[in-house]
Amino acid sequence: MTPSSTLETLRTDKRIVIAATVIIGIALAVLPFIIGSGLGNSWLRILNFALLYIMLALGLNIVVGFAGLLDLGYIAFYAVGAYLYALLASPHFGLHLPVWVIIPAGAALAGIFGALLGAPTLRLRGDYLAIVTLGFGEIVRIFLNNLNAPVNITNGPQGISGIDPIHLGGFTLAKPISLLGFTLPSLHAYYYLFLALALFIVFVTIRLENSRIGRAWVAIREDEIAAKSCGINTRNIKLLAFTMGASFGGVAGGLFAGFQGFVSPESFNLMESVMVLCMVVLGGMGNIPGVILGGILLTILPEIFRHGSGPVQLAIFGKILLDPEALRMLLFGLALIVVMLYRPAGLWPSTTRRREFRGDSTNDELKAGE
Amino acid sequence: MDIFIQQIINGLVLGSIYALVALGYTMVYGIMGLINFAHGEVVMIGAMVALTVIKLLANSGLPVFVIILLALAAAAVVCMAVGFSIERIAYRPLRNAPKLAPLITAIGVSIVLQNLAMLIWGRNYHAFPPILPTSAHDVFGATITTLQVAIVLIAALMMAGLIVLIHRTRLGRAMRATSENPSIAQLMGVNINQIISITFIIGSALAAVAGLMVSANYSIAHYYMGFMLGLKAFTAAVLGGIGNIAGAVLGGILLGLIESLGAGYIGDLTGGFLGSHYQDIFAFFVLICVLIFRPSGLVGEKVSERA
Repeated sequence: MTPSSTLETLRTDKRIVIAATVIIGIALAVLPFIIGSGLGNSWLRILNFALLYIMLALGLNIVVGFAGLLDLGYIAFYAVGAYLYALLASPHFGLHLPVWVIIPAGAALAGIFGALLGAPTLRLRGDYLAIVTLGFGEIVRIFLNNLNAPVNITNGPQGISGIDPIHLGGFTLAKPISLLGFTLPSLHAYYYLFLALALFIVFVTIRLENSRIGRAWVAIREDEIAAKSCGINTRNIKLLAFTMGASFGGVAGGLFAGFQGFVSPESFNLMESVMVLCMVVLGGMGNIPGVILGGILLTILPEIFRHGSGPVQLAIFGKILLDPEALRMLLFGLALIVVMLYRPAGLWPSTTRRREFRGDSTNDELKAGE
Repeated sequence: MDIFIQQIINGLVLGSIYALVALGYTMVYGIMGLINFAHGEVVMIGAMVALTVIKLLANSGLPVFVIILLALAAAAVVCMAVGFSIERIAYRPLRNAPKLAPLITAIGVSIVLQNLAMLIWGRNYHAFPPILPTSAHDVFGATITTLQVAIVLIAALMMAGLIVLIHRTRLGRAMRATSENPSIAQLMGVNINQIISITFIIGSALAAVAGLMVSANYSIAHYYMGFMLGLKAFTAAVLGGIGNIAGAVLGGILLGLIESLGAGYIGDLTGGFLGSHYQDIFAFFVLICVLIFRPSGLVGEKVSERA
């Protein structure tokens, strides 16, 4: 039996699939307790952020990975979701609406923003689209930064603080939840909420990938004209990609605001968009497990560098020579370059893209240059 | 009226700097079809190196002119080395890779350069030593400083030199051929790798000059300054028609004018609702409008859609 056919049996055998699902499920369920007691609460927060970034990366994956539309302003939708939550559930306007209203509203508003961005840019592709979306993201950030005068809407660069934590039913996630004699700390409660939503988004994207719409997206990515001539309404399908991707970002943004309790324009700069894009590309564009891997790696890696660079310097030189914050980003940048040089199609590319990548090297114009 | 002229002058100065940086973007894009995201950081490195040299020599008693020239030379050498290495390390191995791969390495390079600068020069703003002449001239009721005149003149000279280089020399012909069709150019005996390296080196040298100009104009330099400047210069390049040398110059100057006029008048136009702190929005607004209504730029030829 060759390895690939072994893998095939593993995939098709129902019992093995069920067993694997159960094992992964248990692992995910006990993970916060292991990390919380082993590494402390700061790593649990990082874990929660990793889940938020996975949601963002999966949303962006619809636009970039499936439909092939390069979006460098994706964080704007995250910002829309976060600010909507902040405005509707904080002392800033004195509004305290429930989560059930705000999160769907955030998804809808972000979706509308997605369509607003998508509509005028339908004709653009590739680099040009990247730059327009980048500009869009910056415009949203600049407005958030400056809409404090003459009417104070966003409270400007100071941001909005004192945002209500997420309430579910009668429970607030900001305090430990006691249920049936069992106490669940706040960070753990957020973890389960984020995990549930992340799994829901994973489920939706997996179902989308193999649906009529998902295949239409891939068709557009591969060849827009051919897709059009096959009867795909490219305009609507592209708009749908923008809208859906954006609404996922809106959901993640709302959760972020509730979790963090504070939003400011600084959290939504271009670097964040770039970070999410790196998760998608580094993980393996269009491949859902790859994107999840990218999201986890790129959230955790900088934190490891941050926590590691100080002590390691102390151990080697006896004192801290280099600013750990700068060193962390420096190493992160180097990691991005190295991974891309050795795995240009991403760490875990989808089979189609791997094939595409091999095909690419035969007909590229600059091939002769090497 | 004098405010209007003052804004025009400021816009021209700003625009000349944008144009110099935009040339770096447009040359690389023209030849490789690649957005060199790290170019803004090269400008920053140039500014930082030049400032360091000027600070070292400020009290040495040398004439100001010599100090500036030495600073410029140092900045140019460092930037050329940086530009050359960027292409060698981050772009050349990925010429056949999917389009997004070099974009990610470019972002990586940008992060690395920024944080390297932070490690070397710290997080603080560096003030430009007051060695430059501050004399101001009166033009139709507006003032223009000697420094501003110098910036515009030097930028114009450099751009003219570049255009001559590209259209009148053997090297320029090789560059144009490579941008037209790399494989055919190679068949005709052009060493493409060399041409691409030279393109990066020239672009970086221009960036070094621009870096010195920016820090002199605002009297300040900072490890983060390259980012916004790079974005705006890129906008300028797109505005003029990316890949087109004359377009980059035109786009840069236009963008500078739009920005300073926009920032000067937006308050009056919107009844005080939007103020001059929205200055940064103009660049992106212009960019979006251009790309939607005239994606090939003002003077760019019609390019096929890039996938």
